[in-house]
Amino acid sequence: MIECKNISKTYVNGDVETQAVRGLNFKIEKGEFVAIIGPSGSGKSSLMHILGALDTPTSGEYFLDGKEVSKLNDDDLSDLRREKIGFVFQSFNLLPRTTVLRNVTLPLLFSDATQKEREQRAREALKYAGMEESKFNNLSNQLSGGQMQRVAIARSLINNPAIILADEPTGNLDTKTSHVVMQTFLELNSRGHTIVLITHEPEIAEFAQRVITIRDGLIESDIKKK
Amino acid sequence: MIKDLLNETIWSLAGNKVRSGLTILGIVIGIASVITMVAIGQGSQASIQARIQSIGSNLIIVSPGAQRTAGVSAGQGSAQSLKLEDANAIMSEVQNVAGVAPEDTHRYQVTAKGNNTNTQITGTVPDYTIVRNVAIDSGTFITAYQNQTSAKVAVIGPGVRDDLFGAGVDPTGQTIRIKNIDFQVIGLTVSKGGTGFNNADDAIYIPLSTEQHYLSGDTYITTISVSAQDSTILPTVQNDLTDLLLQRHGISDSTQADFSTINQADIIATASSITGTFTMLLASIAGISLLVGGIGIMNMMLTTVTERTREIGLRKAVGIRKIYINLQFLSEAVVLTFLGGAVGVLLGWLAALAVTKFAGITTQVSLSTVVLAFGVSAGVGIIFGFYPARRAASLSPIEALRYE
Ligand SMILES: Nc1ncnc2c1ncn2[C@@H]1O[C@H](COP(=O)(O)OP(=O)(O)O)[C@@H](O)[C@H]1O
Ligand SMILES: [Mg+2]
Repeated sequence: MIECKNISKTYVNGDVETQAVRGLNFKIEKGEFVAIIGPSGSGKSSLMHILGALDTPTSGEYFLDGKEVSKLNDDDLSDLRREKIGFVFQSFNLLPRTTVLRNVTLPLLFSDATQKEREQRAREALKYAGMEESKFNNLSNQLSGGQMQRVAIARSLINNPAIILADEPTGNLDTKTSHVVMQTFLELNSRGHTIVLITHEPEIAEFAQRVITIRDGLIESDIKKK
Repeated sequence: MIKDLLNETIWSLAGNKVRSGLTILGIVIGIASVITMVAIGQGSQASIQARIQSIGSNLIIVSPGAQRTAGVSAGQGSAQSLKLEDANAIMSEVQNVAGVAPEDTHRYQVTAKGNNTNTQITGTVPDYTIVRNVAIDSGTFITAYQNQTSAKVAVIGPGVRDDLFGAGVDPTGQTIRIKNIDFQVIGLTVSKGGTGFNNADDAIYIPLSTEQHYLSGDTYITTISVSAQDSTILPTVQNDLTDLLLQRHGISDSTQADFSTINQADIIATASSITGTFTMLLASIAGISLLVGGIGIMNMMLTTVTERTREIGLRKAVGIRKIYINLQFLSEAVVLTFLGGAVGVLLGWLAALAVTKFAGITTQVSLSTVVLAFGVSAGVGIIFGFYPARRAASLSPIEALRYE
């Protein structure tokens, strides 16, 4: 489902060049639960942004369902992100001063779904992500970190994407909440969603069936559990 | 889709009340000040022109004394060089003259019923009404017979009536005293709405012969007003009568003339150029406020770019197409500027009305100013609201989300 061929990403900032990803090759099959682990600055997020079609690789080819993503135009990329990929950001990226429901229905804007359908789907996704119903009309800035993460997960689920990508989804959460969130990912995986998540905590990586370790933009190890 | 667009626009504007409010305020101030200022300028211009038109039709004013550059106080030369015979000669010898009104004007103290006022007394002839566009409200104007018999009759202006008899009173049949001589009031003129000196409403008209005989005691006159048959021959008539008077006064060098002439078109042109400058001045002040308003709008739009760029990045990241993001931001900018524009136009127009009502200055709100002011601020609002958003929407979602 996901295939990376010699993917690399170089950031150029004035005279400074940073090679964040240096020629990665790997495949992820449908239904896998993959953790990408590595120290801070090793290029995990850069890779994830490419996988999520949020950014383009400097060189190499990225195939999603057999399609070369780096050849798609801007609108096709938007459609791809909306239809196939749910992205959970480390920093949540919720709209400020906006209700939970409105945040979750954001990806449905300008779609054919009626207001009623949208709200219906948002409620389902939120329940699925473990969000208390009493908070559905709260503003995003009135939520705790765990609640914000659930809203972010619910938003990534709203279009029932085949792949869910999460960049350090537990990075801002306490251990107990982290485990609850990981249970949610496990459950999503058991329902057939392919899941790729980033973490730097080995304990969190334990939840996954496959762990790819990255160091300095290169794959150090790629271990599949039985 | 349209519903989503409107919904998002309203949500976004209502969710950022301070930003929306300040942007609208910038637009309102810019537009309202331009409209008001230009309305004052153009209104004054129009009212000054109307007032000049009201002093007569196709008028040439001859005054004693050396030629002066187009002054507004025509008719009060201090030198004594014009006589009634000059006026009569113009009437009989110059072509295309519709009417000639000699007048001798001086200020005197006037009393009636214990009230007294100091005003200008004009001795003149019946043609004065034609030449100087004087209309009678009640009673009659001076007749030729009254001139022949030096009758002690007077026609008064509404300003004098107000001072001596009180507003709204019909003064005909009453008696007024000028220089200890009783005059019977036989008519009241219609107001011309003038102010300041040389005010046609603050005047008393008596037969010229009476004035010369009882008041001034000499045969000189202060002004000859000549009405040409139409405006195109105004310069010709002016030249002809100048030649005639030079010849009558025995002067061969026209630069040595002991009288001066000015025609109405020149007065209008001079006044127009003055009021035009005045309008330009007001318009530039207003233009500056429009600019300041525009910079305010621009500033407001640009300072929110960081936050909004992240928002745009997020919208793109969740798969909203660029076109919808552009449309939303365009629609926000349009709604803001049109709201501000509508309020600004309304406010400017109300301010113009208020100026007319409380300051008594005529104002004229013109469509072209409204369109211009509206266009400028709408342009600024839309460009600076939409352009950064458009740029942000063409970034990759990650670049936009990271924008500092
Ligand atoms: N936009 C950027 N511009 C320049 N350098 C960047 C940018 N994003 C990331 N980097 C650099 O690329 C390297 C990898 O970053 P990142 O992918 O965020 O790593 P991780 O997520 O593993 O911490 C780091 O050295 C980081 O400083
Ligand atoms: Mg990272």
